[in-house]
Amino acid sequence: MNLQAIKKEWFSNVKGDTLAGIVVALALIPEAIAFSIIAGVDPMVGLYASFCIALVIAFIGGRPGMISGATGAMALLMITLIADHGLQYLLAATILTGIIQILFGVFKLAKYMKFIPRSVMVGFVNALAILIFTAQLQHFVNVTWVMYALVALTLGIIYILPRFTNAVPSTLVAIIVVTAIAIFGGLGVSTVGSMGTLPSTLPIFLIPSIPLTLETLMIILPYSLALAIVGLLESLLTAQIVDDMTDTDSDKNKESRGQGVANVVTGCFGGMAGCAMIGQSVINVKSGGTGRLSSLVAGIVLMLLLLVLGGLVVQIPMAALAGVMIMVSIGTFDWSSLKTLHKIPKTDATVMVVTVLTVVITHNLAIGVLTGVVLSAIFFGAKISKVHVTSKLSHSGEKKTYFVEGQLFFVSVTDFIEAFNFKDEVKEVEIDFSRAHLWDDSAIGAIDKVEMKYEQTGATVHLTGLNKESSLLVQKIGGLSKNSGH
Amino acid sequence: MFKNILLAADGSAHSLRATENAIQLLSEKDSGFVTVVYAVDGSTSKSDVLHNKDSKDIEVKRKEKLKDIFGSLEKANVRHELKIVHGDPGETIVEFANENEFDCLVIGSRGLNRLQSMVLGGVSHKVAKRANCPVMIVK
Repeated sequence: MNLQAIKKEWFSNVKGDTLAGIVVALALIPEAIAFSIIAGVDPMVGLYASFCIALVIAFIGGRPGMISGATGAMALLMITLIADHGLQYLLAATILTGIIQILFGVFKLAKYMKFIPRSVMVGFVNALAILIFTAQLQHFVNVTWVMYALVALTLGIIYILPRFTNAVPSTLVAIIVVTAIAIFGGLGVSTVGSMGTLPSTLPIFLIPSIPLTLETLMIILPYSLALAIVGLLESLLTAQIVDDMTDTDSDKNKESRGQGVANVVTGCFGGMAGCAMIGQSVINVKSGGTGRLSSLVAGIVLMLLLLVLGGLVVQIPMAALAGVMIMVSIGTFDWSSLKTLHKIPKTDATVMVVTVLTVVITHNLAIGVLTGVVLSAIFFGAKISKVHVTSKLSHSGEKKTYFVEGQLFFVSVTDFIEAFNFKDEVKEVEIDFSRAHLWDDSAIGAIDKVEMKYEQTGATVHLTGLNKESSLLVQKIGGLSKNSGH
Repeated sequence: MFKNILLAADGSAHSLRATENAIQLLSEKDSGFVTVVYAVDGSTSKSDVLHNKDSKDIEVKRKEKLKDIFGSLEKANVRHELKIVHGDPGETIVEFANENEFDCLVIGSRGLNRLQSMVLGGVSHKVAKRANCPVMIVK
């Protein structure tokens, strides 16, 4: 990249990027803490992650203006790993996730994301929203009305304040107000401090202390694979959204590599795996951030705030964080999909709902996406496997013509064979393939079978109307049987 | 009366009414020109990206949304072009109007009451207040 382009990506929008970066940093802190709590680690782990990832992505990401950090989607995948094996395994899994993502980018696999149908993507974000919401319910167990009141107040401020002023982020105001009420009212509600420690220093470089054995690899590999897939999925989706919002293009493979490097670095500095964040990126662009500088500013301001105000951050009540997370889940859910659910094809609606249900049951976004993709493939196969065969008897009654319409391959051959009536007393059978396409050796095999059966009844079979590809296939595979290709 | 009109539209019924009024406002149909501005905000961006394969599909879908508006303009034989802007509708429409020179800006009003416009935010009101050119709000 030449100097001019670097200058443009970094310094063409200094004021907008700096202001947006500060806004994003303020919004990142409560989310990073809340996602750490979802994952079951100290808030420090998520905060270090958001700091490291925002910093690294600023330099090597493929989509300027996009914000990455610790996310809910990733946090949800780590819960069992942390519960069963602890933080060190999570850090190792984070590094492995990064390596997988780097490979994904190096081999330019971003284009294969098109194999994930849109209905699966919609299911993905809806499931993510539901999981983030349900993860908050644990904070409502055994609490007094004070908790409910504080959550309601948080949400009220978040949604109503923007109607009066956009000068300050409403989430920040909500958190400050609710924290002040909790401190000065002496309410004694549970706070961030009761969930674990916060960083008091900059993160330091440490290789995770785990035994470097095959057994370790087998423990972390499934998690890393899931994290890598989900991270890239959300990152590339976010990149597309930022592309659209800014009316510019971005390098998806470079972004994949960038996400990978960011995760490797994060893992080495005690942070959990992360990815791009849809909500934060939208906030960033809305606040005027379009360049690389905003991500860098966001990371640095986030760390500075924690080092200076750490003592206050630990006093934020969980009620305020739960309120923010409920807002995040409402913003993540794709509400338009509910409105159009009865309008879209039934198969698409089914794929979306099954993806959501799978995730909600397994608590694993990666499994949900895989299930959705497989189900769509099955629906697609079923849709194109319908072959129509019509027949016509000649005037003399000696020749019967079958007209085949559709795709002939391993799924559709059974219907194809059943469409023939081998009891007909005809001398000649013509099979017209001009509206059909043969795809594989099962198709050729089926035709052979039909020919053989008619041979037993003494009728000769002609194949007509084969398109170029189909007849090539007949010549290639059908060479073994005597009657094919004519 | 006017030659160069900016029409803010999103494909809704009130924006279609605004279109009819914009056509009426043109002094000469042959020499007049209507610029249709459609503002796409963050959440619309998100759901459009989520539901469409690529940027081409998104473009097609957005044009589809505005097809009745183009239908009216074509029926009246008015030359026109579409400009899609990104961001908060009120702000981006004002910005686009003030960056260019238009004789008049025409925008439909959803007819919200005070509470609704407080919660939802009245776009037409915001535009009328901040645009430098004459603004016509169509009820």
